[in-house]
Amino acid sequence: MTTLTGDQPEYFNPVSAPDFLMKEQLQRLQLQKLKRIVKRAYDNVELTRNRMNETDIKPDDIKSLSDISKLPFTYKADLRDSYPYGLFASPMKDIVRLHASSGTTGKPTVVAYTQCDINVWANVMQRTFASCGVHAGDIVQNSYGYGLFTGGLGAHYGAEALGATVIPVSGGNTDRQLMIMQDFSVNALCSTPSYFMHMVDRAQQQGIDLKALPLRIGIFGAEPWSEPMRAHCEAAANMKAYDIYGLSEIIGPGVGSECRNQKGLHIFEDHFYPEIIDPETGEVLPEGEEGELVLTTLSKDAMPMIRYRTRDITNIITEPCSCGRTLRRINRIGRRSDDMLVIRGVNLFPSQIEAALLKVENTQPHYQIILTKEKGLDQLEIEVELTAEMFSDQVSKIEQVQKQITHAIETTIGISARIRLVEPNSIARSEGKAQRVIDRREK
Amino acid sequence: MKIKQISIFLENKPGHLSSICKLLAEADINIVTLLLADTKEYGIARLIVKEWQKAEQLLKDSGATVKVTEVVATEVEDKPGGLNRILDIIDAGNTNIEYMYAFTYRAKESAIMVFRFDDPDEAIGLLTSKEVNVIGETDLFQIAS
Repeated sequence: MTTLTGDQPEYFNPVSAPDFLMKEQLQRLQLQKLKRIVKRAYDNVELTRNRMNETDIKPDDIKSLSDISKLPFTYKADLRDSYPYGLFASPMKDIVRLHASSGTTGKPTVVAYTQCDINVWANVMQRTFASCGVHAGDIVQNSYGYGLFTGGLGAHYGAEALGATVIPVSGGNTDRQLMIMQDFSVNALCSTPSYFMHMVDRAQQQGIDLKALPLRIGIFGAEPWSEPMRAHCEAAANMKAYDIYGLSEIIGPGVGSECRNQKGLHIFEDHFYPEIIDPETGEVLPEGEEGELVLTTLSKDAMPMIRYRTRDITNIITEPCSCGRTLRRINRIGRRSDDMLVIRGVNLFPSQIEAALLKVENTQPHYQIILTKEKGLDQLEIEVELTAEMFSDQVSKIEQVQKQITHAIETTIGISARIRLVEPNSIARSEGKAQRVIDRREK
Repeated sequence: MKIKQISIFLENKPGHLSSICKLLAEADINIVTLLLADTKEYGIARLIVKEWQKAEQLLKDSGATVKVTEVVATEVEDKPGGLNRILDIIDAGNTNIEYMYAFTYRAKESAIMVFRFDDPDEAIGLLTSKEVNVIGETDLFQIAS
């Protein structure tokens, strides 16, 4: 028997009990659920059944957790190809909710939930809030977009289930966001980190001191963000900024969450089974190695996902967490394969540029990456907003700042970038996921 | 003796300078002098106005990046050697000139030279000891009005 050790949460919420299951118990539960979900997918989803038949795998072949590696992968393209309802494992009469991606690259991807799935979702989001130190009685401003995007409603149901007071403000209208934050004595904010930085700017312009507000927790997700960005968020208010992880194909937010330690995100493994694979070969990598995160939904009835390729690059942290949670952690995702830029043959992620930029004194995370082609050669230009602290009445001093940034970028990512300093607020602000990259290269 | 100068960061885009001038005009603030330092991508507008606090606030509220620095204004005789005399005095000290610019006024025999020194106090000491007319705020705005 192991006992819970280490830093106990200040407020232990019973809903978090599965976070502390003993490993053997958790694995037994996972295996039971895996067998069930594989059978459910095989029986009800044509695509899964065909793929399993092709490789001659039957649901009965799943005898241990490691047998999961015998199963075929599911890809994002499968959702598009089966648009809209092709991957559903429940009849429509059992499906109570649909969400969809924005569909910027054609048809959106549609995801479905039974009432049972919605309950699981509320549960994992409730555990997310508890893990970040939000508790019943807290006032939660939910600035994730409500609608087809899973962020708004996902956070909403979780915070309500926890017994917090939810303000469903959704994204946008920054002045109203700030008014609510002040007047309603908000304790926790849910938004993208980039939108929070926009709120910080606006607050500064209006002379609102966020540090004087009772806001103590930021639940930030839906886009990759760097550790220096966290420092920026936490310096702007008296708050702890927590990273949460999720994707609509799996459930939405609530797949994983940081705890008070802010050292990796615990995956809610009783509902989502994580593997790390080599994205080239598809082989499962030894625990601890970096690769692509693959997730299998262990509970989702309406739309089971078997070995879904997230395209997110991370690794599983093998050491136990001092918060006492036995759920395995993944490192923060700074890199989504989808976001990867290839510039002059070098692989690069926007979050690397962000981290390098923020190393330079007085910079703010307001930047945009612009890719162009000149005489057949990729050009990387980074527009950076000039802050009052970076500004000088002397050209030489400004050039100095420009050089510092150029140097920081070059030493971090290994390729030279042209830094263009632009006026404050000239880079479009996003109320949801920030658009960091403009690619003007001909495809 | 030091004069407040407002510097504004400007991207090289049409309409950016005029929007600033319009903002000040609407607030009835007269620009005594304006100098534009420009590079390929951006410029720095440096201007001297009497109501500098008001102008600074207006510009900041409009979202501009603004910095107030102290400069030194002197009278320079409008004839050969006028500027050279002042530069000689400065050369004798330890202070550097970061940049400078001149403007003239109607009905005046001399030009006004504005200097940005790295150490304005030392420069003022040097100049006044050699009896150069360092123009304070009150005088400057009187001449300009």
